[in-house]
Amino acid sequence: MKDALGSPQSVLVLGGGSDIALATVRLFAARRTRTVVLAARDPGSLDTAATGIRAAGATTVEAVKFDATAFATHDRFVDDVWDRFGDFDLVLIAFGVLGDQTRCETDSAAAIEVIQTNFTGAASVAIPVAHRMLAQGHGTVVALSSIAAERARRSNFVYGSSKAGMDQFFQGLGDMLHGRGVHVMVVRPGFVRTKMTAGMQAAPFSTTPEAVADAIARGLERGKEKIWVPEPVRFIATVMHHIPRPLYRKLPL
Amino acid sequence: MVEVRRSISLFDVHDETLCGWGRTAPTRASVWEPRTLDGVSERLSRTSARGVIARGLGRSYGDAAQNAGGLVARMTRLDGIAALDEEAGLVTCEAGVSLDSLIRALVPMGWFPTVVPGTAYVTVGGAIASDVHGKYRHGSFCDAVTRMRVWTPARGIVTCSAEEDPDVFWATAGGMGLTGVVVDATLRLHRVQSALMRVDTERTSNLDGCMERMLGTDDRYRYSVAWIDCLASGKHLGRSVLTRGDHATLDDLAPHVRSRALTLPDGLRLSSPQWAPSGLLNPVTVRAFNEVWYRKAPRDERDRLQPLTGFFHPLDGVGGWNRIYGSRGFLQYQYLVPYGAENVVRTTLERLSAARCASFLAVLKRFEHANAGHLSFPAPGWTLALDIPVGRSGLGDLLDGIDRLVVDAGGRIYLTKDARTSPDLISEMYPRLDAWRAVRNALDPAAVLHSDLDRRLHLADTRLERTPR
Repeated sequence: MKDALGSPQSVLVLGGGSDIALATVRLFAARRTRTVVLAARDPGSLDTAATGIRAAGATTVEAVKFDATAFATHDRFVDDVWDRFGDFDLVLIAFGVLGDQTRCETDSAAAIEVIQTNFTGAASVAIPVAHRMLAQGHGTVVALSSIAAERARRSNFVYGSSKAGMDQFFQGLGDMLHGRGVHVMVVRPGFVRTKMTAGMQAAPFSTTPEAVADAIARGLERGKEKIWVPEPVRFIATVMHHIPRPLYRKLPL
Repeated sequence: MVEVRRSISLFDVHDETLCGWGRTAPTRASVWEPRTLDGVSERLSRTSARGVIARGLGRSYGDAAQNAGGLVARMTRLDGIAALDEEAGLVTCEAGVSLDSLIRALVPMGWFPTVVPGTAYVTVGGAIASDVHGKYRHGSFCDAVTRMRVWTPARGIVTCSAEEDPDVFWATAGGMGLTGVVVDATLRLHRVQSALMRVDTERTSNLDGCMERMLGTDDRYRYSVAWIDCLASGKHLGRSVLTRGDHATLDDLAPHVRSRALTLPDGLRLSSPQWAPSGLLNPVTVRAFNEVWYRKAPRDERDRLQPLTGFFHPLDGVGGWNRIYGSRGFLQYQYLVPYGAENVVRTTLERLSAARCASFLAVLKRFEHANAGHLSFPAPGWTLALDIPVGRSGLGDLLDGIDRLVVDAGGRIYLTKDARTSPDLISEMYPRLDAWRAVRNALDPAAVLHSDLDRRLHLADTRLERTPR
């Protein structure tokens, strides 16, 4: 059961390899979280991550198999984890792929993979999760979106549009669940230095997984529905939103 | 996929999102409101796997009267006052009757409940389940309960008292509703001659002065309480307004009002706005309020006559005052430390003051008595209660740190107020937890009684894994 300060006791991470997700559950484990289930395509790769979460204070840490694009398995997957571990106070939707924009522009299979993982996969698993939470009468869904969801950019519009869809989906889901004991928070980080962005040039206001984790905990404490990390990227997003198209498409973003 | 509609879809229940008085962590449950005692046993024995908890007027600050995804039995329609035994000074009433109704019925006849908490808007059942206390130092609510009937999953309706089935009685006293649903009770009353209090008020310039005055002269009064300015620091740390009093006797009243001595005034009822911004109560506004409140209190005033309600339940005059904390809600943080651990109170005030943590209502009281309730809060010592708005960063760590001091000093957190303490500390705070669990397991072997508080603190769970510190 979560407490008055938004600290969960049990957490399911979808995308258990995500640096941001792991930093977040380590922070939670140092507080009240005792049960963490990491779901990933390759659960065998999560041993080190699990050790870190245990060291932070969790008592039950398990890795389970989850494939974001195997949509037909999602209902069963959600039933299984709930049956095995009981209520989840918080589900962190953290899986996603960046994709290779250049390849996506010519190879539709590559574009479809990005969109199916980031958008369709997230929506597909979120529906049974939402219904489990309605049935248990409480819960929090944290969806890792991106500043890229604000407005698709020429340089990575496939990723951007997939995140935009996902971002909007979770906002709508939050409205659907509002007042029914289930809370949805959409997180829009700016550039985060993680293995997903390794080798890329850091954008202004770049941040770390630990800073995102901290912002998530603070957002939950305050019952936020949408947060930007770091806070100032919210204003960058507003500016981006209002730049005229002819100029926007030429910007080196 | 899970069927969202509850298995209990009878016409007598409806879904509702419930929270405690602090308005944090709301959850959804099916709510059932029994209208007669007849159906209670039968209805409660067929609940879903997520169980049932009783709820009264929702004055627990945290999640004690919530049951996410399960059934909540709101008892407030069972509000009959059955009989007053004038000879013995006993009243028997149903669990859903509020102390406000009781006081309004009893005072004109010259009786008052032995123990009343800081609000009259609690039910008798809730007062028993929390074993509430107030400005009276010599006992808590259940000390004045001579008998009660409790519905329990294993034994149906059980009649118990300190003599008859004492284990059931004392596990239910302060048992947070997790041993059963109280259906009615008999309470021992206190004789009063008037509806007024004779009150002495004084200011003390710091915490030591306040504690010294309370220890030295509390025995002159039946009731005592200190309001503390917790933003004051340095040599004014813990400056306070001490209010103590007794029921006024006929001799205390002017001759021409004696004939109306037992008339309760109709409470002037103000209401809080429906909405307030979350940051309204911040260090600046609270500091200003505290300054005025402290300065406005008389330095030393004796024998002022004050209506009962103003003395016992000052905030009851403002409907929905919990809304002024805004949508984020607030915590009530209340602990007890034994005599000798005064330093914990001082350190708490130092840390709050240093963190500029604005507590609007900080109240210090004393107890001189503990009863046999396994999870009952009161014990000889000091109890500090603080209202703290949610939202400032670092609040969780600040309170976790104070929890540790409290536990190390042999103290405890008040479960009825709690919304955030760690389950790892409960067995240290309540050393008789295992004995309580044994009684509970006998009364509810299939774990039908469930609340969000229990889910969070694992009170009923004996398999809780302990984490090394």
